[in-house]
Amino acid sequence: MNKEIYTKPFFKGNPITVLVLGICSSLAVTVQLKGALVMALSVTIVTAFSSLFISLLRNTIPNRVRIIVQLVVVAMFVILIDQVLKAFAYDTSKMLSVYIGLIITNCIIMGRIEAFALGSKPWPSFVDGACNGLGYGMILIVMAIVRELLGSGTLLGFQIIPQALYDAGYMNNGLMILPPMALILLGCVVWVHRSVDKDLQEK
Amino acid sequence: MEYISLFVKSIFVDNMVFAYFLGMCSFLAVSKNVKTATGLGLAVVFVLAVTLPLNYILFEKVLKPGALVWLGESFAEVDLSFLSYIVYIATIAAIVQIVEMVVEKFVPSLYGSLGIFLPLIAVNCAILGGSLFMQERAYANVGEAFTFALGSGLGWFLAIVAMAAIREKLAYSNVPKGLRGLGITFIITGLMGVAFMSFMGIQL
Repeated sequence: MNKEIYTKPFFKGNPITVLVLGICSSLAVTVQLKGALVMALSVTIVTAFSSLFISLLRNTIPNRVRIIVQLVVVAMFVILIDQVLKAFAYDTSKMLSVYIGLIITNCIIMGRIEAFALGSKPWPSFVDGACNGLGYGMILIVMAIVRELLGSGTLLGFQIIPQALYDAGYMNNGLMILPPMALILLGCVVWVHRSVDKDLQEK
Repeated sequence: MEYISLFVKSIFVDNMVFAYFLGMCSFLAVSKNVKTATGLGLAVVFVLAVTLPLNYILFEKVLKPGALVWLGESFAEVDLSFLSYIVYIATIAAIVQIVEMVVEKFVPSLYGSLGIFLPLIAVNCAILGGSLFMQERAYANVGEAFTFALGSGLGWFLAIVAMAAIREKLAYSNVPKGLRGLGITFIITGLMGVAFMSFMGIQL
């Protein structure tokens, strides 16, 4: 199997910074690291397994109704995740509110199914789905670390910035917690990525 | 009066793009010029206004815990709310398909300008997000759900058209190489979000 399947989703073909897929959720859930981790894990599971299932079914799905079939398969996995979260991590599930449901329309999943799983064998599809989910998760976690650390001075709820710094006049950056900052930060992530990898720059 | 307040609130205060980041993918991909942005914006307003009240009725009459009581007393205990995602997305996909066929048959000129965007809308998170917010906020009746749908659709329309207009002008400016295209678009959207935040906390 081609090694590129493993490495591409992380840098050259990162779903968020290069393919511009799945932006909505990546911005909304990065206020705290915990939410970002749960979201990254959920998306990875859904992408991997729906790619696997669609790939198994790929020769039996009629082309005309494939979008509906795909949506139903994806929705099934999202419901599973949602029910598990509600049962075992209710607080996180409340915090993520509608964004768990919105995994269904997360373009990464549909994008990978359409571009890869419909024309590949089950195992490569599974790996491709999982790696894309992880590539998405990577950006999520980077953003969440910056936002939670600078915005609330904590990571996963633990105080990281020492009290002495606050006494010396340091203040949390309230802007980091607000929605618009997520966009500006993502813009900066894209900037850094494209400065490192010059092939990706647009004219 | 409540309707007007809800309407204005869902356009400006709870703007789909700037407050909740919904429909970002197509927002970024289709905001290169004003004309196509207007087309997609109108299609979103339309589909939201049709699917949201429909999903509201489905939720109230079929999915909500105890909603099936109209079928008989024995159904009073049934709770189908875990099926809501699948029902909503199926409704949306079906409506989009129907709308596409109807528009193609009866208003070919509109189809010419909207046509390519309609299939895109089935996977636009603003549409599914609208239905999920409707469920979470528990609107009192179909009228409120419809007002919310219309307001948030218009909010999305406003955002994408404004963005497209800015990007058309941006073509003449000298942006740092790594920021060109995607990067600067994110930052502009963020700055517009800051501007929209000034509406926060307004009581009507």
